[in-house]
Amino acid sequence: MFSWDLLANAIVAGILLGGFYAAVSLGVSLTFGLLDVVNIAHPAFVILGAYVAYMMNSSFGLDPILTGVLFTPLFYAVGAGVYRIYYSSFERRGEESLRGLVFFFGLLFIIEVALSLKYGVDYRMVEAAYIGKSIDLGGVGIAFRLLVPCVVGLAMTLALYLFLSRTFYGRAVMGVSQDQVALRLMGANPVRIKTIAFGIGIAAASLSGALLITISPVVPSTDRDYIGRVFAITVLGGLGSIGGTLVASIILGVAESLMATLFGPSWSLAVSFGILLLALAVRPAGLFGR
Amino acid sequence: MKTVRAFLVGVALIGLGLLLVGLRVNPYAYFAGYVVLQYVIIATAWNVLGGYAGYVNFGTPAFFALGAYTAIFLIEAFGAPLPVLILAGGLVAGLLGLGIGYLTLRLKGVFFSIATFALSVVLQTLIINWDYVGGAKGYTLIRPPAPFFGSWAILLFMVMVGLAVVTVLVARSVERSWIGRGLAALRDNEEAAECMGVPTLRLKLFATTLSGFFLGVAGAPFPYYVTYVEPSSAFDLNYAVNALAMPMIGGTTTWIGPVIGAVLLGTAQQVATVTISSELNLLIVGVVLVLFVVLAPEGIVGLVRRLRHR
Repeated sequence: MFSWDLLANAIVAGILLGGFYAAVSLGVSLTFGLLDVVNIAHPAFVILGAYVAYMMNSSFGLDPILTGVLFTPLFYAVGAGVYRIYYSSFERRGEESLRGLVFFFGLLFIIEVALSLKYGVDYRMVEAAYIGKSIDLGGVGIAFRLLVPCVVGLAMTLALYLFLSRTFYGRAVMGVSQDQVALRLMGANPVRIKTIAFGIGIAAASLSGALLITISPVVPSTDRDYIGRVFAITVLGGLGSIGGTLVASIILGVAESLMATLFGPSWSLAVSFGILLLALAVRPAGLFGR
Repeated sequence: MKTVRAFLVGVALIGLGLLLVGLRVNPYAYFAGYVVLQYVIIATAWNVLGGYAGYVNFGTPAFFALGAYTAIFLIEAFGAPLPVLILAGGLVAGLLGLGIGYLTLRLKGVFFSIATFALSVVLQTLIINWDYVGGAKGYTLIRPPAPFFGSWAILLFMVMVGLAVVTVLVARSVERSWIGRGLAALRDNEEAAECMGVPTLRLKLFATTLSGFFLGVAGAPFPYYVTYVEPSSAFDLNYAVNALAMPMIGGTTTWIGPVIGAVLLGTAQQVATVTISSELNLLIVGVVLVLFVVLAPEGIVGLVRRLRHR
């Protein structure tokens, strides 16, 4: 029944999954962690990105991840637009907390229903040369459909980390949550900085959607599973910490993978929400909290 | 005096329901009416916590489904009758409400909302893996012949009329009592309220428990209504969205707001389901919700008030 091979495989798959979870959660770390905008619709944009990848793949045979990269400017613009609406309707009036939350919840619902109207509730998947192949490392198999998204996810994490720590705009994003007046004195407009950051968050969501559909087939309601995951990761990682997000993603990936191997896949979803509830109840500041 | 008058209006509404039953209109009317009334209960119950106390609960499906699954468990184990199911469903969901009440000690605002959503998913996973109440396959209820009115649709409609009237009357009296004023104080500023001597924790526990109780009550007759319950239908995200949308559209600060929202949106959905499609009517709910939150944050009640003061 129990074998070390099985365990090793589960752990490796979990780590690979973790790299992908980091990609999905980066946007929330940015918007929720640094901007204090509770974009609960983030997973819906992930699914939207997945369906764009599916559409381009099924009509033109375009590689899903290439599609994801090509469409980031469009999603950046969408994200910037959404933030502008959010800003003028809620943040400027100082009503952001509860009504803003409801706004994003409604947005999530609209995207999900619109997708199921257009594409139905059948599982959609993509085709690419590397999907289905794997390499064998002494009994531990590494599937390319997991490895490629993991590598892309790590690259995204690194890129965001460099952006936040090395560039002017990145540092401004870090600063906007701490001291808006000081930011103004530095000659930067907080609203503009937040718009940029939110756009990047949504662009990251769409790219991670392309990774998602590479890993497994997608239905419009898949976004619900990811609400718990992304917020569990963001909270566990300590809001706004990019390194923390990566560590928390890998913890969650391994935990889910082990749970699925040992108790069956129907329990794995409870892991993320369990971790989330636990983290919220015991240490809301997360592992690497500010 | 005002309480007496409200009570009389409630009795009159139940009488009106009975009259509708006596008229024997198209049976579909009772079927659709049940859903609208169910939403009146859900919206009112949600609003006790979300509107009065300002704690946004995304976990409505958890409480609703807990009511429904408590009923299924009692039917399966003891063959319990409907009134027992409703009371038990309410009590169990109320206990869960008490639990999330203690959660508010550590979790405020957004974190509370996310935690309630997480709760809903965890509970759904548990139910999916619990075969006694049907598990992932779902549970099929074989109804005995209806004891009154000769049809379950009419009987359940009447039950819902009664429950909705009770729920709204309770919510109204809570709002007008010192409890309602205390909740409003902690909604506006929890620390300030605590400093002024408002027992915030006790009030929050009261609000979460009461809200959970009525959400469970709304869910308990559900197995009798649909006769086939599966986790995905009992934990439907629509309940979460509607529970939010209806009070937001009507207005969250008064008891009449959720009622207006539930009747308008609930009826519109029933009409849209028949005439257009059920997917499209969900889209309408989402769009209407977002439009109201952006353009009329005080809801219909707020709009009417603003027009009057002009």
